[in-house]
Amino acid sequence: MPLVLELEDEYRAAKKDPAFLSQMDDLWRNYVGRPSPLYHAERMTEHFGGPKIYFKRDELNHTGAHKINNCLGQVLLAMRMGKKRIIAETGAGQHGVATATVCARFGLQCVVFMGATDVERQKPNVFRMKMLGAEIVPVSSGTGTLKDAMNEALRDWVTNVHDTFYVIGTAAGPHPYPELVRDFQSVIGQEAKSQLMEREGRLPDAVVACIGGGSNAIGLFHPFIEDEGVRLIGVEASGHGIETGEHAAALNGGRPGILHGNKTYLLQTDDGQIIDAHSISAGLDYPGIGPEHAFLRDSGRAEYLTCTDKEALEGFQLCTRLEGIIPALEPAHAIARLGDICETMDKDQILIMNLCGRGDKDIFSVAEHLGMEI
Amino acid sequence: MPTSRITARFDKVRAEGRAALVSYIMAGDPDLETSYKALCALRDNGADIIELGAPFTDPMADGPAIQRAGQRSLKAGTKLTDVLALATRFREDDQDTPLILMGYANPVFHLGYEAFADAAADAGIDGTILVDLPPEEDHELREAYARHEISVIRLATPTTTDKRIAKVAEGASGFLYYVAVAGVTGSGSADPEDIREGVERARRVSGLPVCVGFGVRTGEQAAAMAAIADGVVVGSAFVDHVRTSLEAGTPDEIPSKIGALAAELSGALADAGRN
Repeated sequence: MPLVLELEDEYRAAKKDPAFLSQMDDLWRNYVGRPSPLYHAERMTEHFGGPKIYFKRDELNHTGAHKINNCLGQVLLAMRMGKKRIIAETGAGQHGVATATVCARFGLQCVVFMGATDVERQKPNVFRMKMLGAEIVPVSSGTGTLKDAMNEALRDWVTNVHDTFYVIGTAAGPHPYPELVRDFQSVIGQEAKSQLMEREGRLPDAVVACIGGGSNAIGLFHPFIEDEGVRLIGVEASGHGIETGEHAAALNGGRPGILHGNKTYLLQTDDGQIIDAHSISAGLDYPGIGPEHAFLRDSGRAEYLTCTDKEALEGFQLCTRLEGIIPALEPAHAIARLGDICETMDKDQILIMNLCGRGDKDIFSVAEHLGMEI
Repeated sequence: MPTSRITARFDKVRAEGRAALVSYIMAGDPDLETSYKALCALRDNGADIIELGAPFTDPMADGPAIQRAGQRSLKAGTKLTDVLALATRFREDDQDTPLILMGYANPVFHLGYEAFADAAADAGIDGTILVDLPPEEDHELREAYARHEISVIRLATPTTTDKRIAKVAEGASGFLYYVAVAGVTGSGSADPEDIREGVERARRVSGLPVCVGFGVRTGEQAAAMAAIADGVVVGSAFVDHVRTSLEAGTPDEIPSKIGALAAELSGALADAGRN
């Protein structure tokens, strides 16, 4: 507890420190490549024949996803706190790569915990992290997946808290992490809002994002929460289908519980044991969801839909063929639901979807699922 | 209100001029029958207080020994209600040894705090340690416990600040569990002199007995800790006997191995007395 309380105090101070904010802004602009474009997906719009579809292009960020927005913020905080050793958990490896990247940039030691199963199935990202100078610790405890990597990172943190900072990648974990991650990712929604205002002179009617732990979605949603006319739509991964039990849809197929220091919806058994999530996309493969999404769902402010593995593959191909953009399998879940969402909207309305990651990392598994050889 | 089993036990131990032996085993590791025999072996060999581990899929505060114990227990199908049934069985012929259920919040939350409190009281559970439920978040649990004599036992560590220790002490009862080293269960041991001040402060602020744990494995280490603490907690060393007996293909020896270690530890504590 003292460690998270100390982090909270430091964050409150940093938020008010112009030097911290301007360093962050400079790195976002010149290292990450922000602001990311807001792109009118014309052919996708035509295809569905409904509202005007815009993509927020966070897949164009350095390292290929939205993850780095948050890593930069947290690593700058770590340096303010005088911590020299950075640890992180990763599932697909995107957050691990982003953390290793920022650590390389600042010459910090980086240790990434990764489920042994994931180390095996995400070899390209393991290699990237190694090249960036990170040490990879395969975690074989539990079921050797993302949640176990998070357990192991928490164990390391309580052991080495004197010199170590834990960079959590999703909008979950103990307070104040969900808030930290949300604030650093909110740059997505803030940019989208002002970019659309400039282009169309109005707010969107709906914003859409895929959800695992929920960091890109909360980043997109948060600046629109007070704008009541804007629908907030999250798309969870329902894997082989919720009815099969093999899915990652904590809101649609889970129940309230307590894990990793927060109370939220979890995939769990009748005895309160945590069930492993399943999704074709390793980045959505977490049995919980950020607590703020649980709140937005319960209050009715946001809607949460689902998308199966099979549908995500279709979304992946659709976007690639229509827009010439190969999306990551994570946003492919959101893309796959666009058709249904568009049906509930009028032609003169506007929708923004966060294209939160690019698909380079997924080409091997997509090829395998489609029965193609590379 | 009658004196709780925990208080009565600390009174007895204090009268005998020594520190208490607080022992831990994982319920259902490798099965509930063996756990029952191990509980009896602990009591018969001088364990003053017994912590009964409830398994959880994500034991983030535990080191490898207790993680694996939890996995063995889950594999055997142990549920929270089975852990309570084990306590009930132990209580059939033991009305004095305090039983503390130690685990994680989610299975308890899932059963429902009220339902759990009723069932735990019926089973003769005297207190719980839910390591991932900080003082800020346990008021609902405490309300549920209020109608029963169940203690909320909290953790303090060397990194716990003065201000924080007051928060930890507020609403805590039974005893305080002082984690001797920054880390997870079963990690390296601490020098008692390094934590003496922290333990004394925890005792002064809380007015509760303070038991020190994490990294204590041998009679010698236990005796050294007894110089500063009201009780010494040993967990991973007991749990390791389950693993080694299973690996040796002699699961029948688990209770006797656990009993022998309890005898060694309680003997060392009796010899050491209290400073």
